[in-house]
Amino acid sequence: MARRIAIASPMGVAGETAPQVASRGPSWDGRFTVLILFLPPALLLFTLFVVLPIGEAAWYSGFNWNGFGRPTHWIGFDNYRFVLETRAFWLALRNNGLIVAVSLAIQLPLALTLALMLAEKFRGAVALRMLFFMPYILAEIATGLIFSFVYDGDYGLVASIWRTFGAEPPHLLASTDTAMLAVLIVIVWKYFGFHMMLFIAALQSLDKSLVEAARIDGATRSQALRHVVIPLLYPTIRLSVFFAIVGSLQLFDLVMPLTRGGPADSSNTMVSFLYNNGISRMRVGYGSAIGVILFVICVTFAFTYKRWFMRDE
Amino acid sequence: MSNADTTSAPFDPAVLFKTAFLAVVAIFVLVPLLATLLGGFKSLGELRVNPFGLPTHWEWQNYADILFSARYWQLLRNSLIISTLTVTLTLITASMAAFTFAHVRFYGSSMLLSYLTLGLLFPAATAVLPLFIKVRDLGLLDTYLGVALPQVAFSLAMSVLLLRRFFKDIPYELLEAALVDGCSYIKFFRYVTLPLSRPILATVGTITFVNSWNAYLLPLVMLNTDALYPWPLGIMVYQGEYSSEWHLILAFITLTILPTIILFLLAQKHIVAGLTAGAVKG
Repeated sequence: MARRIAIASPMGVAGETAPQVASRGPSWDGRFTVLILFLPPALLLFTLFVVLPIGEAAWYSGFNWNGFGRPTHWIGFDNYRFVLETRAFWLALRNNGLIVAVSLAIQLPLALTLALMLAEKFRGAVALRMLFFMPYILAEIATGLIFSFVYDGDYGLVASIWRTFGAEPPHLLASTDTAMLAVLIVIVWKYFGFHMMLFIAALQSLDKSLVEAARIDGATRSQALRHVVIPLLYPTIRLSVFFAIVGSLQLFDLVMPLTRGGPADSSNTMVSFLYNNGISRMRVGYGSAIGVILFVICVTFAFTYKRWFMRDE
Repeated sequence: MSNADTTSAPFDPAVLFKTAFLAVVAIFVLVPLLATLLGGFKSLGELRVNPFGLPTHWEWQNYADILFSARYWQLLRNSLIISTLTVTLTLITASMAAFTFAHVRFYGSSMLLSYLTLGLLFPAATAVLPLFIKVRDLGLLDTYLGVALPQVAFSLAMSVLLLRRFFKDIPYELLEAALVDGCSYIKFFRYVTLPLSRPILATVGTITFVNSWNAYLLPLVMLNTDALYPWPLGIMVYQGEYSSEWHLILAFITLTILPTIILFLLAQKHIVAGLTAGAVKG
């Protein structure tokens, strides 16, 4: 049936044939008109600005090219070798790993705890939810700037706490030892509310009779929590983990106003490394190679995770 | 599970712990925000000795100078143009595609939909260098459209999925009846689907708007002229110029995040709905 639509096509092309279609009732040419008018804009934009560029990144990564004219200097896989030989790349990769670890070990448990507290109704619960969600709405750039003030060694909040103890305030963002730690704290500040909201939504759509049944059967509150509520939340937890990891791998906007990846590349992420090396210096081949590596990591992770943990969804 | 706390004794240690915990987190979230807002009301000298407290002397001038500067309004205007373009184009293209995927049966439908859905997995950073070259070759570098079109493309996957799921809930019998009565698919889309779908259109629109309003990487790559900068780029430039005059930078930050916060308070229902709807899907 579907094929017939494609073959018997020309009738519907005009597009302004509504009255004709009307006289014929539900027929294939009405459908065809919709198909050729409604699908192409989205598919074209998506192909042109998402899919093709990713293919092109793979193609450009084989060239030594500064982006001007056409790429001619083919160097095969050398760009990948150059990237993998750069210490800063491995630092960036390690930092992305750290971000994933902090997201999973600190952010998600915090979000879950808060969600369990705030899913219940009490005075101020809704206000607190909104407050905790607020950082997620702020732009990463604004968040980064706010915290570069918080961390500022002369005027910042941290500095003034230090001074009340009579100590010389540190410049957290300017030291290779502390810059990444400072970034990690901002990440928790900004994103825990997002995961909290996911959990609250899940808790609210949860079948409460199961919890009540467990309570009637003599389970304590914490037993009901551990053996009934949390297992029922597993699908959301898996999803939250997925978002946390995918987001962690692509972090960029937050790093720029805080440290720009420095000092000495100590707080680069893969994307800020890509930006600093590929885009600001227009080393298109090199930058594309970083992009492709990022792509492979993200897509491999996504497919593996979906396959292993989210099969039933 | 919900009423246990309100009826418990006032000195229940669990309640005490919970209150303390919530208070600590609330302070953690609030202090940077409040310090930013209040910092904009202080002089640089006072900021250094009194970064936490209320200003002893309120420097309204910091805020006034920015509010009366052309620069501030230009940034907001640029952001507004780019975001509006992005939202409009996303809603038009995504709703048309979603309608087709929801109601028109054709060969390859599910394949095309999965193709589009793959977009959810692709990291935008991978595409950004080739995108720059493509946008340059199209002559759109340093234009609003050069930023908006890639943003639309990247928001399509999620938008189409959300809209399609909603459209599918409009009973197919309704469409069938309309078609028998001589209505075309397009008319049905225009006069039945879209009006019925206002809540989801608002949700998708709000989320796209917020993403575009806050975006940094794409505008950074596509725009070279200060006069076209949206506010995230502009505020970075501003911070660079006023490097340690934190009182002015804080006032500027406050005034640029204010529209976001107002939008959030107005549209929080849509933002949260879209977030959780998108989440359930995975």
